[in-house]
Amino acid sequence: MEGSEREKVVTIIKEKYGDEILHIEAPYDFLTITLKKDRIVEVIRFLYDHPEMKFQYLTTLGGIHFPELNQIAVMYQLHNLVNNWRIRLKIFLAIENPIAPTLTGVFAAANWLERETYDFYGVIFEGHPNLKRILNVDEMIIFPMRKEYPLEDQTREDKNDSMFGR
Amino acid sequence: MEKVATPSNATVNLSEKPEGIEGMGFFATSLEKVVGLARKNSIWPLPFATSCCGIEFMATMGAHYDLARFGSERLSFSPRQADLLMVMGTIAKKMGPVLRQVYEQMAEPRWVLSVGACASSGGIFDTYSVLQGIDRIIPVDVYVPGCPPRPEQIIDGIIKIQHLVETESLRRRDSPEYKAMLNKFGIE
Repeated sequence: MEGSEREKVVTIIKEKYGDEILHIEAPYDFLTITLKKDRIVEVIRFLYDHPEMKFQYLTTLGGIHFPELNQIAVMYQLHNLVNNWRIRLKIFLAIENPIAPTLTGVFAAANWLERETYDFYGVIFEGHPNLKRILNVDEMIIFPMRKEYPLEDQTREDKNDSMFGR
Repeated sequence: MEKVATPSNATVNLSEKPEGIEGMGFFATSLEKVVGLARKNSIWPLPFATSCCGIEFMATMGAHYDLARFGSERLSFSPRQADLLMVMGTIAKKMGPVLRQVYEQMAEPRWVLSVGACASSGGIFDTYSVLQGIDRIIPVDVYVPGCPPRPEQIIDGIIKIQHLVETESLRRRDSPEYKAMLNKFGIE
């Protein structure tokens, strides 16, 4: 995606949703726009329907935990298959109350991706038709990809820190 | 092993006969020894292969290593007919109940061979999603170390299982100790 094409995308989004944009950057030439969370679905719908944007393929969607900010980001990657443009959108949610609107109304593929994000980060997607764990055991009580939880299994008794020099 | 010369000059290994009293036209020994001999040389394994140890098992079953030499060429893909549960590979916590159900469906007498570091201890996967050793949910008879173990090691594990099978008392599975051991795993 050329710089001029990125500017075009930014201009079109700014025209209609200028108030929603919090931050724009392009790390590794990958246009990344941080938005306010409330109208994110509307923005994605706009990018889907717009005759020049045509971001009609959801590459992926996932969570990121920022413990120092006390926030969880939800990241969406969209793809325009006609021009081969890619765009990344981010919203930030407070960790105490990580509620985001569901994208399943725009992309059916968001269903499992949002379940995965719920499973690992505990993000509640409002309006999701079947928001339950998808990969981990149903009895799990933590959201394991949040950095507040240790990676290692906590039930091991044969390992202690002195074995690992820490 | 007794070596018997055949007309073509090849040697064939037969199982050694158990201790007993022999005479013209009869041979007397204990039932336990005969049953042990028969069971030992006709183990039907159930392969529960979830990752790379399963690939080593395929080599073990192949012509080069040939587990059939030990009377185990007949794999049982139904737990109800299997004698030996061979767990080969990483068991995720979500797979745990499945493995347990397979074990519960096996008829007594049943043995369990845990192949590889993952099945035995979780291996390198010391993480929230992986069961840290199958002996947390089912009893294990023999552990085979390795990541993955070579086919020779798997065969060594099978030979150790054969030894257990051969020497096991016929009453062991009825003993209160055995029942208590199963109860520890929550299996009645």
